[in-house]
Amino acid sequence: MIATFLIQDGVTNGAIYALLGLALVLLFSVTRVIFIPQGEFVAYGALTLALLDGGKVPATTSLLVCFGAIAFLFDLWSMRRGTDVRTFLRSLALNLVLPGVIYGITIVLAPLGLPSVAKALLTILIITPMGAYIYRIAYRPLADASVLVLLIASIGVHLAMMGLGLVFFGAEGLRAEPLANDNYTIGSLMVSAQSLCIYGATIAIIIGLYLFFERTLLGKALRATAVNRLGARLVGVRTHLTGVTAFTLAAAIGAVSGVLIGPITTIYYDTGFLIGLKGFVAAIIGGLASFPITAIAAIGVGLVESFSSFFASSFKEVIVFGLIIPVLIWLSLSGSFHEEE
Amino acid sequence: MKNRFFAGMAPVAALSMSLFASSALADITIGVTISSTGPGAALGIPLKNSVELWPTEVGGEKLKVIVLDDAGDPSVATTNARRFVNDDKVDVLVGSALTPASIAVAGVAAESSTPHLGCSPVPPNISKGKWTFIMPQDAGLIAKNLFAKMKADGVKTVGYIGFSDSYGDLWMGQFKAIGEQYGLKVIADERYARPDTSVSGQVLKLVAARPDAVFVGASGTGAALPQIGLRERGFTGKIYQTHGAVTFDFLRIAGKAADNTIFASGPAMAPEALPDTAETKPEGMAYVTAYEKKFGPGTRTQFGPHINDAMAILKKAIPVALKKAKPGTPEFRAALRDAIETGGPFPASQGVFNFKADDHLGLDDRAVVLFTAKNGKFEITK
Repeated sequence: MIATFLIQDGVTNGAIYALLGLALVLLFSVTRVIFIPQGEFVAYGALTLALLDGGKVPATTSLLVCFGAIAFLFDLWSMRRGTDVRTFLRSLALNLVLPGVIYGITIVLAPLGLPSVAKALLTILIITPMGAYIYRIAYRPLADASVLVLLIASIGVHLAMMGLGLVFFGAEGLRAEPLANDNYTIGSLMVSAQSLCIYGATIAIIIGLYLFFERTLLGKALRATAVNRLGARLVGVRTHLTGVTAFTLAAAIGAVSGVLIGPITTIYYDTGFLIGLKGFVAAIIGGLASFPITAIAAIGVGLVESFSSFFASSFKEVIVFGLIIPVLIWLSLSGSFHEEE
Repeated sequence: MKNRFFAGMAPVAALSMSLFASSALADITIGVTISSTGPGAALGIPLKNSVELWPTEVGGEKLKVIVLDDAGDPSVATTNARRFVNDDKVDVLVGSALTPASIAVAGVAAESSTPHLGCSPVPPNISKGKWTFIMPQDAGLIAKNLFAKMKADGVKTVGYIGFSDSYGDLWMGQFKAIGEQYGLKVIADERYARPDTSVSGQVLKLVAARPDAVFVGASGTGAALPQIGLRERGFTGKIYQTHGAVTFDFLRIAGKAADNTIFASGPAMAPEALPDTAETKPEGMAYVTAYEKKFGPGTRTQFGPHINDAMAILKKAIPVALKKAKPGTPEFRAALRDAIETGGPFPASQGVFNFKADDHLGLDDRAVVLFTAKNGKFEITK
């Protein structure tokens, strides 16, 4: 009886960690960035949804406009030695017009009291472009730097996003309303509609990623970049485009996770980091390369967390993060791990 | 949102202002170090906001107030306090919002002989310090009142769930120290961290242990997580919360799950509900009215009043000290310390402070009020 509750709880959390882990693997394989701020997208997503529930215009919309403006300035700087009109217009549309439009939509729609699915979609719409801007601002200038430099940049982005989160959302936590309020009873087990949404979304995203990588040209370009950056460039893949795509996808996955987790727990401006780290544990177990192993490992992390919180709650984090050590030992002993420099 | 943004900018502004202001020697200088970012931000921000309500002069002397952020980090708090003492020659140190940072400030206060008003609970060895006075209610005082209430409610066995940090240990420590006197037996001890996404495991274990009541040793909205979890899993016994959890955000997040929960609190959370004879009513009403006028209705917290109370004490102690020495001198600081220690009682918003040489906590039962949550409101219990 208790075990079934624990398993259900573990799988629900594990599904969220799986989404984060997948995003981390995606980003690392395509851009070699260990993206610590992935969790911040989750927190931003959950907090944005919670504010929309309250009928307020979330501050993330103005943040989006600011990010877009900064990205535009970066573009202008790189265009200073002359450019053609098309590039300029594209940058203008992507960095200024798009966030402006999203800002306008939110201001109009936020006070209307939308149905919860519409609020969730609006949240995803607000958060997703942030991925592209963050890539443009923080990572594109460093595209050829070493993994270590990119990691340091990630820490910087993480601290900046967390600080902005404190300024815009305040220090106290928020809780969003669930997408659906129903509960179903299967045998002795009570399953909430929200957790069914979580399972469904995780499975849908995994299938979506699979189709994207197998069936689309852009997805294949991303895979090519992941396998060999230089080789991909030689055959005409634009690595900046794959970078932007990977970051946008990661932000979208983060926003979806935030929308899913916001109603089942209290989210603070700094919660994202811890959730992200647990996704990171799963990604490490997957060797930062394998999507299926990462997803399975994430469910495992969720289960270990849920059972350890029952049997030894004071040592829960120790146990969860301790999982990483035997895996690292095994990975370094098996020796198949080499870094492209 | 705008307010919050400017609130975030305030320490920067204060820093730059203090750099430009020439240190006019006659003014009374107060150095405030507060955790307005970092893990203590939920406590520190209302404290920092409350500083803005301080008067501009006391006893005919202008007040010069410098506010710095220490992010809850003891080493930053030490740096801030040293800066206050060495560069700004402050007459009083105030802060910080978190225990480790307050301990750090108390250390600097002791070595520089500067009066220090701490805004977080500290361990007994720190509150015995000659120069340090503590504003918040001591955990022992709160525990005494809560345990007595539990005994009156017929509670014999208690399930404990608290933060896996010093705050959680503090309350477990109270059970070990004085729980037995009230006939309370702890039959489950569970821990969680504030950013945890789920406490299902801990809650299941608590429910399985079948205690008469559950005691939650957590603060802010973080205390709402087990509250909601317990009610979801069908726990029907009483739940008791500490004064750290008394915020309107808690009620907003816990919603219906908060009903009939007992909270210990200071009187400043609901001065309106106090009898007119209560010594804490005038200060409490004045503070809450001013605070909510500036920051919006329903923004009061349990933590902000400590800053108000620090000023309530200084307002009475500074004129006494001014008769003996000029501000900015070691003699003034010593006179001010003596005035705080012996000049009581100081009626303030969270209680009536009456310090003695061997008691720098100074509060008694008048500083504790019990609330019951009902329909999204705190109601006084007695």
